[in-house]
Amino acid sequence: MLEVRDIHKTYERRPLLQGVSFSVSTGETVCLLGASGSGKSTLLRIIAGLEQPDQGQVLWDGEDLAAIPVHYRRFGLMFQDYALFPHRSVAENVAFGLRMQGLPREEIRVRVLAALSQVDMESFAARRVTELSGGEQQRVALARALAPRPNLLMLDEPLGALDRTLRTQLLDELRKLLHHSGIPAIYVTHDQEEAFAIADRLVMLHDGRVEQDGSPLEVYARPASAWAARFLGFVNLLSGWVVSLDPLRVETPLGHWLVGDACSGADRSGKPVTLLIKPYGIVPAATRAECNYLEGIVQDVIFRGEDFRVDILAQGMEFQFFVDQPFQVGQMVRLNIDPQAVLCLD
Amino acid sequence: MNLKYKWMVVLAASLLLLTACVGQSSQTPSLSPSVAPTALQPPMKTESSPQPSSEPQTLTVMTHDSFAASEEVIAEFERLNNTKVNFLLSGDTGSALNRAVLTKASPLADVFYGVDNTFLSRALREDIFEPYSSPALADIPDAYKLDAENRALPVDFGDVCINYDKAYFEQKGLIIPQRLQDLIKPEYKGLLVVENPATSSPGLAFLLATIADFGPENYLDFWKALRANDVAVVNDWSTAYYTNFSGSSGKGQQPLVVSYGSSPVAELIFASEPLSEPPTASIVDKNTCFRQIEFVGILKGTAKRALAEKWVDFMLGVSFQEDIPLQMFVYPVNSQAKLPEEFVKFAQIPAEPAMLPIDLIDQNREQWITAWDEAVLR
Amino acid sequence: MTFGLRRRENGALGAVSQRAGLPVWLWAAPLLFLGLFFFYPLSAVLRLAGEAALAEGLKGAPWSRLGGALWFTFWQACVSTLLTLLAGLPAAFVFARYRFRGKRLLSALLTIPFILPTVVAAAGFNALLGPRGWLNGLLMSAFGLNYPPVRIINTVSAILLAHIFYNTSVVIRVVGSVWAQLDNRLEQAARSLGASSWRTFLEVTLPLLRPSVLAASLLVFLFDFTSFGVVLLLGGPRFTTLEVEIYLQTMQFLNLPFSGLLSVLQLACTLSITTLYLWLNRRQPVPLSPRLSPDGLWSVRRWRQRLLVGGVIVGITFLLLLPLVALALRSFLVISPEGDLSLTLAYYRELFINRRQTFFYVPPMVALRNSLAYGAATVTISLALGLLAASALNRRGRFERWMDAILMLPLGTSAVTLGLGFLVVFTRPPVDLRSSPWLVPIAHSLVALPFVVRTIQPVLASIPSALRQAAAVLGASPWRVRREIDWPIATRAALAGAIFSFTISLGEFGATSFLARPEYPTLPVAIFRFLAQPGDLNYGQAMAMASLLMFICGLSVLVIENIERK
Repeated sequence: MLEVRDIHKTYERRPLLQGVSFSVSTGETVCLLGASGSGKSTLLRIIAGLEQPDQGQVLWDGEDLAAIPVHYRRFGLMFQDYALFPHRSVAENVAFGLRMQGLPREEIRVRVLAALSQVDMESFAARRVTELSGGEQQRVALARALAPRPNLLMLDEPLGALDRTLRTQLLDELRKLLHHSGIPAIYVTHDQEEAFAIADRLVMLHDGRVEQDGSPLEVYARPASAWAARFLGFVNLLSGWVVSLDPLRVETPLGHWLVGDACSGADRSGKPVTLLIKPYGIVPAATRAECNYLEGIVQDVIFRGEDFRVDILAQGMEFQFFVDQPFQVGQMVRLNIDPQAVLCLD
Repeated sequence: MNLKYKWMVVLAASLLLLTACVGQSSQTPSLSPSVAPTALQPPMKTESSPQPSSEPQTLTVMTHDSFAASEEVIAEFERLNNTKVNFLLSGDTGSALNRAVLTKASPLADVFYGVDNTFLSRALREDIFEPYSSPALADIPDAYKLDAENRALPVDFGDVCINYDKAYFEQKGLIIPQRLQDLIKPEYKGLLVVENPATSSPGLAFLLATIADFGPENYLDFWKALRANDVAVVNDWSTAYYTNFSGSSGKGQQPLVVSYGSSPVAELIFASEPLSEPPTASIVDKNTCFRQIEFVGILKGTAKRALAEKWVDFMLGVSFQEDIPLQMFVYPVNSQAKLPEEFVKFAQIPAEPAMLPIDLIDQNREQWITAWDEAVLR
Repeated sequence: MTFGLRRRENGALGAVSQRAGLPVWLWAAPLLFLGLFFFYPLSAVLRLAGEAALAEGLKGAPWSRLGGALWFTFWQACVSTLLTLLAGLPAAFVFARYRFRGKRLLSALLTIPFILPTVVAAAGFNALLGPRGWLNGLLMSAFGLNYPPVRIINTVSAILLAHIFYNTSVVIRVVGSVWAQLDNRLEQAARSLGASSWRTFLEVTLPLLRPSVLAASLLVFLFDFTSFGVVLLLGGPRFTTLEVEIYLQTMQFLNLPFSGLLSVLQLACTLSITTLYLWLNRRQPVPLSPRLSPDGLWSVRRWRQRLLVGGVIVGITFLLLLPLVALALRSFLVISPEGDLSLTLAYYRELFINRRQTFFYVPPMVALRNSLAYGAATVTISLALGLLAASALNRRGRFERWMDAILMLPLGTSAVTLGLGFLVVFTRPPVDLRSSPWLVPIAHSLVALPFVVRTIQPVLASIPSALRQAAAVLGASPWRVRREIDWPIATRAALAGAIFSFTISLGEFGATSFLARPEYPTLPVAIFRFLAQPGDLNYGQAMAMASLLMFICGLSVLVIENIERK
């Protein structure tokens, strides 16, 4: 349905987007994930038609949108700070897009109420938007974006300014809503938890390019790069070089590691690679092992509800693991790591 | 929403008001008489004229702001000539003339009324008038006819005189000054207010009176002495009369003011409570007053010469001439015209008013004013 | 689903992307208006002057007066503007932040000085401060003096005082409307960070108010710079400004070459001042979310607040309202030749009688209707054009910067020159408006337009662009975006602009008096007619007519402001 093809955009003489391509298909929620300043919002604005790309195309059903002005695209956009019209009531805000479509008054009334009830805000219809709390504003903004039944819904960090509990709750509602309505959506965020919770597919932006594009499961299972891994919250990264190819064996300052997974980048011996050690699957070791062995001092133990996070310092490098049983802070630990939990990144 | 609606009501109301206004401007007399207040548009009365079939002609008269006339008198002319008269009130005497001069290439009007002898030469030099020897000139004394070619025809005259506050002089037991020379005496220190000749027509007239009285060589000495005697100078007649003069409603500080010879009569006529005699009077000795004669002329390039002639004849005729005193507070030049009762009783017409040749005025006006400015103000 | 073939019309993105093409259609009407009614007549007069200069040269030009006039013009305008700010800013603060009884009435009354014809204002000043005025009378009887101790009439103080009198309401309105919308949480944040209230004002409030203070200063400065009646009538003959000199040279001495030169000089000054303003104001405006609900108004409780609010009210009452009260009182008083006072309604009664059967009698209701009609027309014209121009100015490019300066020009152009231009060009084909009643509101709109633009533009500039983009995404065309977002949010400012236009039209007399058709006399014209003749009845009727004008002005302002509250 939506296809974004090789978008370039320079902002204040700095290249911001350098050939971004991805697509969104029917009913799909795509998450644009990237650090702040990575050009996510600009990309949204280009799709919406609020800005023109320097190069590249935005296509809908195969039709190039370059000549279609923003107000004919029928895309919904929910702004980062909601951009509610301060001079209009809640209901008037929601009715805005419907009025622009020139719908009859009665239909507008009905659909406004329906949209407000979707977000549980019917009783607020007559309120001024300036009197609303952050969460309430977020719901009104969502209702306003949904009410005209857009062909595509874009949400720009919609939960950015809210507190954690509210965020979790709204995130849940949002996911249900998006899946119920069947409207394809692009969800922009810098928070990987939010992204995992809501996305059918993740598109990670880095340095103006798509770093990785895939389902949350795929992405989490196999980050495409060290940057992607770090951005997804993985801490345990080790640089090294290939020693042997089959089985893949990598030498690092912390000894040799066997990698359980194939890696296209590691094609010859001596090639530098980055290893990602997943935070699970550690086994305390009785003795020093030849491979996949880590020895360090426990720096911190953090209770997470289900399990514990332990921070370990090994030869000046920080590692994080999730374990069922707490360790003692200051304790010296020896760990064996399952080769299946070790990935090789390009 | 409510707000938007209200806005539209306001806008609509404004537009309605406007259209009401515009509707009236169309000069077809048959237009809804219910909208037209008669006082605003006396010409509407032509509706009852005997020949409503023919479209009335329009005559445009350019004049100064002080022009005034009775409704019936104007209506009479309009009826007799099946004409609608438009007046362009174009500022004070000097401004009105200058506007006529500056637009002479495509004249705004058919007739210009209101150039006086202090500006007459400029009008003649700029050649804005066509000559017209009106038969009505027969009844006008030659003394008023300052243009031999009859491009400008005299209509009325008046005098710019010093008015005094009777009560003040009575209370203080002060003798009323007789001649201009007296004004520099110490007992009148700070008692006189005059207008700036650069900005005010009576101010210019009074300056000319001093020049006529003392001569172009000596008048500045008089003014310097007057300055030393704390003469007050203001820019316009209204300020001088209503703000500074103590004899008027403004109850100002100076009991002597340069105004018009007829102002005392006006004080009587426009008194809020009936008075037996005016609270002020004019000093009318030799050369204390300057005589202003006002002229009318047909503007060069008019397409309505015949009608313009009729208007000029009309202004010089008895019925307009007799209307002049009570409307403009100046005197008719037509010897057949009778003065109203109040004027007969209280008007003070100086026997020997100051006058200067119009060419002399024209050649020296700017220089005299500049010299005066240097001597009195700087 | 398809978008069909509805292609983007030219510049459709203008509303959305700040860097898109020129919004030509927004500029069309304001530019046409300025071209036809400002540049065309102006150039005609300057051509006339140029031709005369070629024919006769610049002989008789009083060069010696030029330097003095130029210096005095600048000096008095600067000092007047500073004093006006000094008087207006505290009042703007009190009006923007405090809740007190009679605030709406007071604020309506404060616009009245703006409409008073100079002759009438001069009479008010005299009644109050003149040698025989209240103040001197009071002082003389209190201290047993036999001379009036306060002498300001015909001094430079009278000019300055009159300029403060006329323009304080400009500062209160322009700055006050922005101040009232400032989020006071910003100030609270500064206070909580340890700033004293004075530091908070200097470092938070003032920088945020800066654009509006600059705008008000520019308006007031240009008003004072081209001040004519005040200098002529209250300053007296010893003071001359460029504008007075232009008047003298054009209307009295018919020295066109010199007056043309002066007009060009004046235009150049206006352009430089406006450019300076634009340079000072060059920084992008800080977008502030407009605070639309007037919450957080303070009540007067502590004694310091009482002192402040009370002081401001007393101060502006004395400065701005007492002259008006003196005028209104005078319209009910008869002073007998013996000096006794008695109350009367005679002047009002006389207004309705055409006692002398004069052709030019002006029934008060007709004058009132004409004044209101001209006012309404001026509001309509200037608000429509002002909204378009202010919207167009929101895109800040080189072209807009120039237009910004050019829009201000009419305010700083000699009314005498412009009026003469109207007379020269609109009385002959191709644009013969000689008999059109529209010429007057058009002339008024030229003066009102800068006020409307300066009040609306800062508010439009402060609207976050996300609001416009949100509307566009929801399907609003650029035109619709303006209608649905920009203009409703700017309503409050537009109303302030409407009040300016209306009062300018109601009071404007000097520049357009000769454009006025005698068929449509206005209240100021009627007042002037009465004051041109001697006699107590004439003076009294002038005061009565002026009181009527003041009453109507106050009432209209209350009505217009009431629209806002709805």
